[in-house]
Amino acid sequence: MLRFLVRRVLLGVLVLFLVVTLVFALFYLYPSDVARTLAGRQATPETIALIQARLGLDQPIYVQYGRFLWGLLHGNLGYDYYHQVPVTTIIAAALPKTLSIALGASVIWLVLGVLNGVVSAVRPRSVADRTLTVFSLFFYSLPTFVLGLTLLYFLYFKLTLAGVTFFPPGGYVNLADDPGTWFRSLILPWLTLALVQAALYTRLTRGSLIDVLGEDYIRTARSKGLGEQRITYRHGLRSALTPIVTQFGIDLGVLVGGVVVTESVFGIDGLGFEAVRAINDQNSPVIIGVVIVAAAAVVVANIVVDLLYAVLDPRVRLN
Amino acid sequence: MALLEVEDLHVSFNTADGVVKAVRGLTFSVDRGQTIGIVGESGSGKSVSTQTIMGLTAGARVSGEARFEGQNLLTMSDKELRSVRGAKVGMIFQDPLSSLHPYYKVGWQIVEMVRAHTNVSKAAAKNRAIDLLRLVGIPKPEARVDEYPHQFSGGMRQRAMIAMAMALNPILLIADEPTTALDVTVQAQVLDVMERLQQEFGTAIVMITHDMGVIADIADDVVVMYAGTAMEKAERRELFYHNHHPYTEGLLASIPQPGADRTKRLLPIHGTPPSLIQLPTGCPFHPRCPYAFDKCVAETPPLRSVHGRTDHESACWLPTDESERVAERTRVQAVLAAQSEIDTEVAKDLTEVTA
Repeated sequence: MLRFLVRRVLLGVLVLFLVVTLVFALFYLYPSDVARTLAGRQATPETIALIQARLGLDQPIYVQYGRFLWGLLHGNLGYDYYHQVPVTTIIAAALPKTLSIALGASVIWLVLGVLNGVVSAVRPRSVADRTLTVFSLFFYSLPTFVLGLTLLYFLYFKLTLAGVTFFPPGGYVNLADDPGTWFRSLILPWLTLALVQAALYTRLTRGSLIDVLGEDYIRTARSKGLGEQRITYRHGLRSALTPIVTQFGIDLGVLVGGVVVTESVFGIDGLGFEAVRAINDQNSPVIIGVVIVAAAAVVVANIVVDLLYAVLDPRVRLN
Repeated sequence: MALLEVEDLHVSFNTADGVVKAVRGLTFSVDRGQTIGIVGESGSGKSVSTQTIMGLTAGARVSGEARFEGQNLLTMSDKELRSVRGAKVGMIFQDPLSSLHPYYKVGWQIVEMVRAHTNVSKAAAKNRAIDLLRLVGIPKPEARVDEYPHQFSGGMRQRAMIAMAMALNPILLIADEPTTALDVTVQAQVLDVMERLQQEFGTAIVMITHDMGVIADIADDVVVMYAGTAMEKAERRELFYHNHHPYTEGLLASIPQPGADRTKRLLPIHGTPPSLIQLPTGCPFHPRCPYAFDKCVAETPPLRSVHGRTDHESACWLPTDESERVAERTRVQAVLAAQSEIDTEVAKDLTEVTA
């Protein structure tokens, strides 16, 4: 088990290294006019050269790469080109916002998706199953921004006009500063993300559980005279969780890297928001920083998923 | 009143291809402490009938009666049926690996069974599980109780299944091909365990199998099933030595006999079992039967007492008198032998011609 873990972590580090190298190569090979932008329209070539030297952009690519890696090993991701703020500071400010959105939404969609999936799977082709299927497909085919804006329109705009000011139009408040407002400002982003994702998890749980409920050991559980609840959850769902856990790990990992659309719709400057801004500004250090965090999230999520497999399935644990 | 009395059981399933008539008017009964063997090919309806009795077939259309201790299992509420399952009727299945839950310890699964029906502490239930594992001959049960099914060998898994099924001393054990997935040597061990438990606790057993050897080993009475219905019912020795139905005869002729003439080939039953959606007219076995005559195609034979015994029934139009039946057998076998001789001659000629 420990050897497995060490191997996975080393592999993860290798993946991160490759991702970092690739992104670095992409942005530094691409002709950059950051210095020109910074210098302003009237700048002389000398000024531009000076700025380039200050940013280290005049160095050969391998020197830049070496410096960057050296910094990375020391936890330094470089500085924002425009404001000279450390990239780590930007990420530290943005990450909690994205995490708040992603983690909160994931809890909602997981509970909603799995429960609906169970209802569907226990009685396939029933009215409940068909209704849930229609709802799933409806939300699943809805783009996030449409759902987000619709929610804003009805629950913020219309409700506020009607005199109920419960939901803010967007923005973000730190959890530590004001938990109540934090919660209220996140409900709509959570719902936006969760309703779309829950649809996927409903279908996933339904399919997986229907398969499991056809297994011989479910028949054994029935022959033991156990109750249907116990059969469905302890015997059925337990086995059906494996593909759900896999999907959940991937989804969560991807979301931590930035919930671009949702963040934009609700004006929350999380990682996705920062990434989009950095791309527009050609602010490479920030882009690379966000990419590293996103890649690390996916790698970590996958390692956690593998560990969860072992928790779920004793056959994995012992082999 | 027998312990379990199944009467005129019909089970059918609606499928996209049509209505599958899996069981058609099956009647049998088993007494306390007795073993009834239900034998037949795959798809003869033997598993479906017992699973239906215990309410384990979802989406089936069921009619008939299955009285257990005088109460009809087929009309019981879910709750009543649950209190019968496991507690009064234990079940074991063909493949012990897929029948045990792969994610839970063997002991846990037995404990769950015990605690589902009795009010005992976890520790007491676990001790019971250890005792049960010892009872079915699993070495070091104190350690094995905390292992997972995949850490058990095939035979041990089936013994663990038996331990679980026997956990609450049920009065009836339904064993659905319990030895089919096991090695021959292990099969004997598993049957021994079942017989030992039966003697100890007086459990009645319904043994479903396609293996005549298992029947010879363990059954008191035998029901031979074909195409969802009983073809022949008899006490074991009567069935083996004085069988009446040509299908039973075919089943027995297809078993290898130790010490038999090795140059002689085993006699298979020609053809395949009929489609349960579109059954042949008359006797369902007639397309494969060497004795078949006009009446077999036209009319379905009912179960009739044969050989002058009330405990021997056969659904066949052949003479019910044993000497007449034997004479018919000799005659048909002579014809078959002559036919096969002609076939070999023809085959020989053909090879000569082509050569």
